[in-house]
Amino acid sequence: MNQQAVSRNGLDQRAEPLKLRSRPWAATLILIGGLIALALGIAVSVSFGAADIKLSVVWTAVFHFNPDITEHQIIRELRLPRVLGGVMVGASFAVAGAIMQGMTRNPLADSGLMGINSGAGFALAICFAFFPNLSFMYLILYSFIGAGAGAGIVYGIGSLAKGGLTPARLVLAGAAFSALLSALSEGVALYFKIGQDLAFWYAGGLAGTKWFQLQVMSPWVIAALIGAIILSRSITMLSLGEDIARGLGQRTGLVKLAGALVVLVLAGASVAVVGAVGFVGLIIPHLTRYLVGVDYRWIIPCSAVLGALLVVGADLTARMINPPHETPVGAIIALIGVPFFLYLARKERREL
Amino acid sequence: MQRTRVVSFEETRRKHGLTVLSVLAVLIIIMFIISVNTGYIRLTPLELLNTLFGKGTDKQELILFQFRLPRIVISILIGAALAVSGAVMQGVFRNDLADPGILGINAGAGLMVMLMVSFYPTTSAAPVYLLPVVAFVGAAFTAALIYSLAYKRHQGIAPIRLLLTGVAVAAGMSAAMIVLTLRLDPDKYQFVATWLAGSIWGTSWKFVLSLLPWIVILLPYVIYKARVMNVLNLGEQTATGLGAHVTREQFRLLAAAVGLAASSVAVSGGIGFVGLVGPHLARRLVGPKHQLMLPASALLGALLVITADTIGRRILQPSEIPTGIVVAVIGAPYFLYLLARTKS
Repeated sequence: MNQQAVSRNGLDQRAEPLKLRSRPWAATLILIGGLIALALGIAVSVSFGAADIKLSVVWTAVFHFNPDITEHQIIRELRLPRVLGGVMVGASFAVAGAIMQGMTRNPLADSGLMGINSGAGFALAICFAFFPNLSFMYLILYSFIGAGAGAGIVYGIGSLAKGGLTPARLVLAGAAFSALLSALSEGVALYFKIGQDLAFWYAGGLAGTKWFQLQVMSPWVIAALIGAIILSRSITMLSLGEDIARGLGQRTGLVKLAGALVVLVLAGASVAVVGAVGFVGLIIPHLTRYLVGVDYRWIIPCSAVLGALLVVGADLTARMINPPHETPVGAIIALIGVPFFLYLARKERREL
Repeated sequence: MQRTRVVSFEETRRKHGLTVLSVLAVLIIIMFIISVNTGYIRLTPLELLNTLFGKGTDKQELILFQFRLPRIVISILIGAALAVSGAVMQGVFRNDLADPGILGINAGAGLMVMLMVSFYPTTSAAPVYLLPVVAFVGAAFTAALIYSLAYKRHQGIAPIRLLLTGVAVAAGMSAAMIVLTLRLDPDKYQFVATWLAGSIWGTSWKFVLSLLPWIVILLPYVIYKARVMNVLNLGEQTATGLGAHVTREQFRLLAAAVGLAASSVAVSGGIGFVGLVGPHLARRLVGPKHQLMLPASALLGALLVITADTIGRRILQPSEIPTGIVVAVIGAPYFLYLLARTKS
């Protein structure tokens, strides 16, 4: 019995190097195909809705805008910001999740682990409880501040100890601090009976996305995405293990700080705009790793494309299921994501 | 020379561990006394002793035996059960983030409770007695579902596959819960939210009796398996090399952990944090060997829940804060403090 098991392991080990290789051709295919699919998705998403609008009208609305036509107004003011918001949020969560999984080497990691979701959630609970008349803009601002504070504290506690910030410590500090913040928000919500309002915000919805939010967020998100691509080589090294990365001459402390900042900007901005659509950050990096291999130089851009595709698709579905009512995007993403993830979990051998 | 040093190190660690265990036990007893005294009507230690030996007034006996004692016993039992269950999950998955929630226990129980509440016409007396049963069924069914989804013929079960499957299924159930949440009327929502936040509301001996067999059988069983868990901790290949039947042992341990967690969640709702943090605290206090770590987890978990329950009853009298919230609020800072202080 033992012998059998050992020989099977021996086989595994011989097969492993093949598995470890990255697959640039697959990645290129995903990037190109994904972008085309994304463009199609955006087009369908813009033309489809409570009022059906022809694609040709969409075209003229974008390039020859005429404020007197209602359809042009709908597209300009409602549908375009919404779909672009979806693209931004999907790409952000997916890349943030990929970086977190690479840095912590834990397949369960996502941006929620940095205290970002729970920090934003706590800030929102405080706002809903004590300042119920706050305008939308301030809610977004405060939830971003909450996300930042959460991430800062997790990072600070993680690196306080002797020996600096190890992945294990980051993961544990994040889990414990998130639990603390969620418990506090739950307490506030129960006491003030605002749980349902919070749940609705938290479930995630792109419906309210405005140009203004996009204008504020997009420079940061784009900068952070570029930062992620610049960091990707270092994260590949870090994902091999801290000792190996240091042995290869990397300044791991610096890389981890930069990685955490990128994650904060990406996930913080997204959480503030749409709420916690957490599953994207967990599932897309796994999916991408399965498709393109273990090199984060490919994983990060492919994650961005696939994440955007998933959120745009889910948002489209959320509007189609029960029009004119909307189902929360978070629920749809889980609905699409879960079976797929289950399939992957059965197939996949090497997790990071 | 070298050898004596190693042996003496083991010896000091064992002694240190035993000291920690006895300190924890004493703390639990102190907390027990404080907890009995906490509430709307206070009992002095003398009255408490008198009542315990059957010399109290009827009112005192009613309070002590019908309200306080069952609740305290339950909080000790579920604290121990959840912490040990978490320790097993972390050991088997070899992942720091594993807790009973990993096998979908909280999500499964929560979804079932939510379904029942949203389709049951009123929140009258009937569902309150049905709730633990429903929650237990949900939890056990979800764990079984996750296990069978992750099972592959010829390969058995790989921890990583189980972990990812568990995450996915739990996420799916949470999504379903969100959808249900939004169409629930506010009163019912408040009820479910309190349940999910984890509150010990099963305060009768019936619940103690339903909990007791699980814990009396499974807790010693898991501690008896401590040596197997030490071996499993070395990694699957090493464990196989050392002659452990890895898949079988993993299945047995996980089944025991699920039994412990599901029976607790049924009575207490989602006090998930104990299962995550209890084992980590124990490991930091007594080291990674499971012979000491598992009992230490059990005691720590019990101490954490009984303390949290006492505080939760005390602060906002006469209303209560859900125990799960208090557990996180007192457990997390202490854990973070330990994390920042010790070397990993």
